[in-house]
Amino acid sequence: MKKYIISGFLLLAPMLVPAQTSLKGMIMDVQNPKDNLGVSGATVNWLDTNIGAITNNKGWFTLPYDTQFKKLIVSYIGYKTDTITISNTTPIHHFITLETELNEITIRSKRNAVQKSLLATANTFTINNDELLKAACCNLAESFETNPSIDVSFSDALTGTRQIQMLGLKSPYLQIMQENIPSIRGAAQAFGLTFTPGTWVESIQITKGAGSVVNGFESISGQINAELVKPFSDAAFFLNAYSSLNGRLELNTHLNKRISEKWQTGLYIHGNYRGDKFDKNNDGFLDAPLANQINVMNRWQYTDAQNGWVSFITARFLNDEKQTGELNFNSETDQGTANLWGSEIDTKRFETSAKLGYVFPDLPYQSLGLQLAYSKHQQDSYFGLNSYDIQHESLYSNFLFHSIINDTRNKFKTGVNFTYDKYNELVNKTIYNRKENSLGAFFEYAFDNLDDFSLTAGLRIDTHNLLGTFITPRMHLRYVPWKKSVLRASVGRGKRSANIFAENQQVFASSRGNKGNINIDNTNGNIYGLNPEIAWNFGISYLQKFNLFDKKGDVTFDFYRTDFSNQVVVDWENPQEISFYNLEGKSIADSFQVEVNYELIESLSLRTAFKYFDISTNYKGGKLQKPLQPNKRFFANISYETKLNGNKAQWKIDVTFNNIGRQRLPSTASNPVSYRLTTHSESYSLLNSQITKVFSNRFEVYFGGENITNFQQKNPILASDTPFGPNFDTTIVYAPIFGRAIYAGLRFKIK
Amino acid sequence: MKKAVFIFSIFLIGFSTRGQQVEKKKNAKIAFEVDGICGMCKKRIETAALKTKGIKFAIWDVKTHQLNVILNEQKTSLKILKTNISSAGHDIKGFIATEEAYASVHPCCKYRDNKIVLEHSGALKKEKK
Repeated sequence: MKKYIISGFLLLAPMLVPAQTSLKGMIMDVQNPKDNLGVSGATVNWLDTNIGAITNNKGWFTLPYDTQFKKLIVSYIGYKTDTITISNTTPIHHFITLETELNEITIRSKRNAVQKSLLATANTFTINNDELLKAACCNLAESFETNPSIDVSFSDALTGTRQIQMLGLKSPYLQIMQENIPSIRGAAQAFGLTFTPGTWVESIQITKGAGSVVNGFESISGQINAELVKPFSDAAFFLNAYSSLNGRLELNTHLNKRISEKWQTGLYIHGNYRGDKFDKNNDGFLDAPLANQINVMNRWQYTDAQNGWVSFITARFLNDEKQTGELNFNSETDQGTANLWGSEIDTKRFETSAKLGYVFPDLPYQSLGLQLAYSKHQQDSYFGLNSYDIQHESLYSNFLFHSIINDTRNKFKTGVNFTYDKYNELVNKTIYNRKENSLGAFFEYAFDNLDDFSLTAGLRIDTHNLLGTFITPRMHLRYVPWKKSVLRASVGRGKRSANIFAENQQVFASSRGNKGNINIDNTNGNIYGLNPEIAWNFGISYLQKFNLFDKKGDVTFDFYRTDFSNQVVVDWENPQEISFYNLEGKSIADSFQVEVNYELIESLSLRTAFKYFDISTNYKGGKLQKPLQPNKRFFANISYETKLNGNKAQWKIDVTFNNIGRQRLPSTASNPVSYRLTTHSESYSLLNSQITKVFSNRFEVYFGGENITNFQQKNPILASDTPFGPNFDTTIVYAPIFGRAIYAGLRFKIK
Repeated sequence: MKKAVFIFSIFLIGFSTRGQQVEKKKNAKIAFEVDGICGMCKKRIETAALKTKGIKFAIWDVKTHQLNVILNEQKTSLKILKTNISSAGHDIKGFIATEEAYASVHPCCKYRDNKIVLEHSGALKKEKK
């Protein structure tokens, strides 16, 4: 028996001896500090030696220690590798951080406000917060002013609503998403972009051409995804106030709070107001609507990095009211009469979404995701004697599985989604009701040879109650022909039902929108009697980065074509009418763009682009260029930043110049002479500028001017003297109605 | 008795082989050190690792020289992986790259040359500032 005891001691002895010169420690996850559960299986070793250990299931390790060992390296798959300086044998407790978090931080610290990737397969670029701050960016519609790939135009002469275009096609053909949930669609099409305040936007990803199949079949000319601010990464308190000389006031506040180790919440409140009446062009009509908006969002974020769970729960409510029309219009006494012409647009919207993501803790390349979203949108509006109400309820769900085949060079995403949309419209007392539902499955494969070639090929099959059962293929290729360059190509198909009234609702503010002047060719199609829109998009893009006079730059050439197999043609060529009919013949949108980015001298960078569009459609009256579409655009942006001083204070100056080419105007030849317009508009230029003074990383002020050269369209409203007459038209808008606008604002935040 | 010992040993063999099969994990996480210096090395090491059949995931850290991999032990072994990486020109303890393989790496990746290593660390410091 003694023997055993002695040998037991002998066995223990070697463990006791080095105990004096060993280091003990515990490795924990920074996301999970209070669980007292360490990270098991993490590797610790002394720098430049082979002496190492792996943590046990409680996260503890023991390592031989010698005074010559100074640096301890801690590594764990999926986590950032840390180096710790050790000076004695006091037990250590060290927290490690997820690799993904680190990546997010690195991206933000990069100097380029717009990132063009050499590695992404699709022609995608990211606009981050720095770029968004270059303009006042009161809302999402205004977030693209310093970006040459997105064109901003005006939808009508009354509301001043901006529409965005990509590849010469207006936003219904772009899929606009918020955090990968299709959002600005259906009833929200016309004003939806103005319903997301600019300060809520964290970054925007823009994909040109055919997008991904993961988010549905609707996108045709591109995808725009806006990531919103997150409770986890946003400042604890943020305040933004904005005021412009044209009477617009805006206020944004963000409050973010940590509730527990795993739960964070954020409350975001936006309000905007315009109460002053302006009629600078003396046509008797307001130049900009009287407006007020209240917009509230609450988000909950759950993170459990140890077990791989992430979740977001978001709820949002919006109330927006606009009034426009003749200066003295009083909604209480004049609504529904021909005393004075006026219009009110009231929108209420509620939306909620839940997202759940799971990353397999042992397999960093494998994850599951579930997205659920519901929205209810209600717009009640009248335009003179015309009225338009729409109610749209929408449900979106998506289940996604992401993994690899053999190794991380071959990745795939697969899943299913279900959507439901219910529309109730009242158009000048005619009811249009429609229900849409679709069930789809998708598979997207991505290959990357880790060098000069990558490919993404996706396919989805959907069965839709009105569009039928159909497949949607999309493919992107990337090839690196030589150093610092990328050649990309894409092809894809998109299909959608056109919401003819919601997308063209400016028509109601003209005699075209009067009962009897709206013509819909009934071809027994499923959507207003019309057929679904189907288009193929093809694109090729070449990017070359270069160094010239020791300064970095890049040049990009893009050519894209959208070829419609069917389109719901919107025909404005009769000045008293609007007609909707199925395409007969061809409708092709070609766009060419060359963009150059170059750092002229240190801290002074130039971005410039030239675009050429050829967008022609076979109308009933023959082949014509799309109306109100410039065939050429030139864009230049110069931005300058002074060096950061000790207090992180600096100046930032941005100047943006746009030249908009000639646009074909819809025919007004049959109007009385005084209400006729030229066949084409003149080309014109716009200049915007903003100066930001950063006092510290807490406080900054900015002031700027839009349309500094004060260019205005002379008579944006046809027959403004007889608004109830047959020639009244506010839809032919090719230039700003409002002249120069000077604004100022401030941003304050507490981390 | 002999018979009993024989049966018993067969039983043991059966037991031990089954034990081994259980040990062969489909998603085994392994980390070891690979010599290299820069982003180009990272790409070369990771590519060599991923091109090895049975390697599912590979990330090499420029600073610590640690290569983290996830591999299917039924399809490959650490020995095969290490041999492949060393034939791409990168040293691993016990698997030193041949002169021929080492000669194939880009001049800026010559990790055995102290001067080049120093140049890289100098560059790193500059970037940090």
